[in-house]
Amino acid sequence: MRTAAAVIVSNEMIARDIYRMVLKTDLGQEVTCGQFVQVAVPGYFLRRPISVHRAYEDKLSLIYRIAGDGTRTMSTLKAGETVDLFGPLGSGFPLLDEDVTLIGGGVGVPPLVETAFRYIQAGYRVTAVLGFSDKDVLICRDELEELGCQVVIATMDGSAGYQGTVLDAIEQADVPVKTVLACGPLPMLKAVAARYDGYISLEERMACGIGACMGCVIRTPDGDSRRICKDGPVFRIGEVEL
Amino acid sequence: MIDLSVSLPGLELKNPIIPASGCFGFGREFAELYDLNLLGGIAIKSATPEDRFGNPTPRIAETPAGMLNAIGLQNHGVDYIMDHELPWLAQFDTPILANVAASTEEGYVEVIRKLNASPVIKAYELNISCPNVKHGGAALGTNPELAARVTRMACEAAEKPVYVKLSPNVTDIAAIAKAVEAAGADGLVLINTLLGMRIDLRTGKPVLANQTGGLSGPAIRPVAVRMVWQCAQAVNIPIIGVGGIERAEDVLEFLYAGASAVEVGARNFADPYACPKIISALPDVLTKYGLTSVREATGRSFRK
Repeated sequence: MRTAAAVIVSNEMIARDIYRMVLKTDLGQEVTCGQFVQVAVPGYFLRRPISVHRAYEDKLSLIYRIAGDGTRTMSTLKAGETVDLFGPLGSGFPLLDEDVTLIGGGVGVPPLVETAFRYIQAGYRVTAVLGFSDKDVLICRDELEELGCQVVIATMDGSAGYQGTVLDAIEQADVPVKTVLACGPLPMLKAVAARYDGYISLEERMACGIGACMGCVIRTPDGDSRRICKDGPVFRIGEVEL
Repeated sequence: MIDLSVSLPGLELKNPIIPASGCFGFGREFAELYDLNLLGGIAIKSATPEDRFGNPTPRIAETPAGMLNAIGLQNHGVDYIMDHELPWLAQFDTPILANVAASTEEGYVEVIRKLNASPVIKAYELNISCPNVKHGGAALGTNPELAARVTRMACEAAEKPVYVKLSPNVTDIAAIAKAVEAAGADGLVLINTLLGMRIDLRTGKPVLANQTGGLSGPAIRPVAVRMVWQCAQAVNIPIIGVGGIERAEDVLEFLYAGASAVEVGARNFADPYACPKIISALPDVLTKYGLTSVREATGRSFRK
């Protein structure tokens, strides 16, 4: 965990309102799958927490959606410009000794790509069930297939893959599920957590990113709390109240 | 040789930079990034009589040149802090300022009586200015009589100096400052956050679950400088200035306004190394403006 100035290698739109930024930095060597970095966007007071899509020896890849003014400005940054990164932050997904099912929704999919890479590298079989609103925001399918994942797609409007939610797709494609690693919108995570065991990655508006400000806490069933940025963003299903 | 040291009631500071309460936890997270011994002091997260979860999320919203927060004084309570946080902080050679908050006057007294036993605590920061709680907090700090009464009770209970952290959400800050000085305060800390709000255009509802929150960051710096300047001329107790400090130049502005030391708050979120960077830049900034010590800068804006 440290700050590092990183030169933008590329910053391109890969789907509607979704961008991929590749940065030249050695921070990637310290990243585990499911962690995030905070990106300082010029002109904005707080950093943007963005999950790591891929971590390489000398590069980091981030995929982000334009969610407001800050990420819109981030999308206008050009190759060759420098941004300040802080990270890697948060807990990340555990590397379990078993085959896993990845369940991703929307821009929750990117951190699952590095996760898939690590499981496949360790010799496990990975199935990825990915849900999107429509085909125009479908991301990461090709690269997950190239890594060796079995990929199942769901879209709410049926414009790609199975029509419906990720759980509809699991049912229709008859995907065998034991342990899940999931990241996506809260309603999806709630539905996943109600049915399966495994781990989920949460998001919340945050300030410091290191657990100091208590801005992004979530309750636990026993009345205590966890900080999403520091104790998470990845939690065991059941550890926190969704 | 530039002298950065500042001597205040209960607080021998090697430099005037103190991370602000609520922006630094109990220091554990920042200790992973740099040596906390570099700091002039540390204002730790509020201690309340009991464990508090605080407000629902979202608790954070960005604003132009700053941010809103509505944490709601989340902490595990004074007993937990005594048992788990203060012993850990004892390893550092930097004075600890304990921020004390409660929903009743008796609650402030209870927390102070317990913290008196800790040698780690060098002074108290009476938080009568939190805008994000329904009882106590700013409800006390915006009325001179109520502010004076809780200050008097706190000072009677305290075996260490008491600094009172004032709310900027008042018409006449100097009147409050004079009232708490007369009630026995050893110093002032100002300002706490300004009450603010953001509304999400997609939902038409407030961004923060608490509806309103406290505005901090460089957006509030001119307000803070003005209030430090007003209070410094109204009272004879030292002032710790806080509000939107980002650089060593900002520190000097607060010193000139009448502060003896400063707290750095929200900037720690934007740049986790903010405090050590400001400390290392401060000697050159003082030199640039013809100063050889922090002390000689205090109050220059109004001193004859």
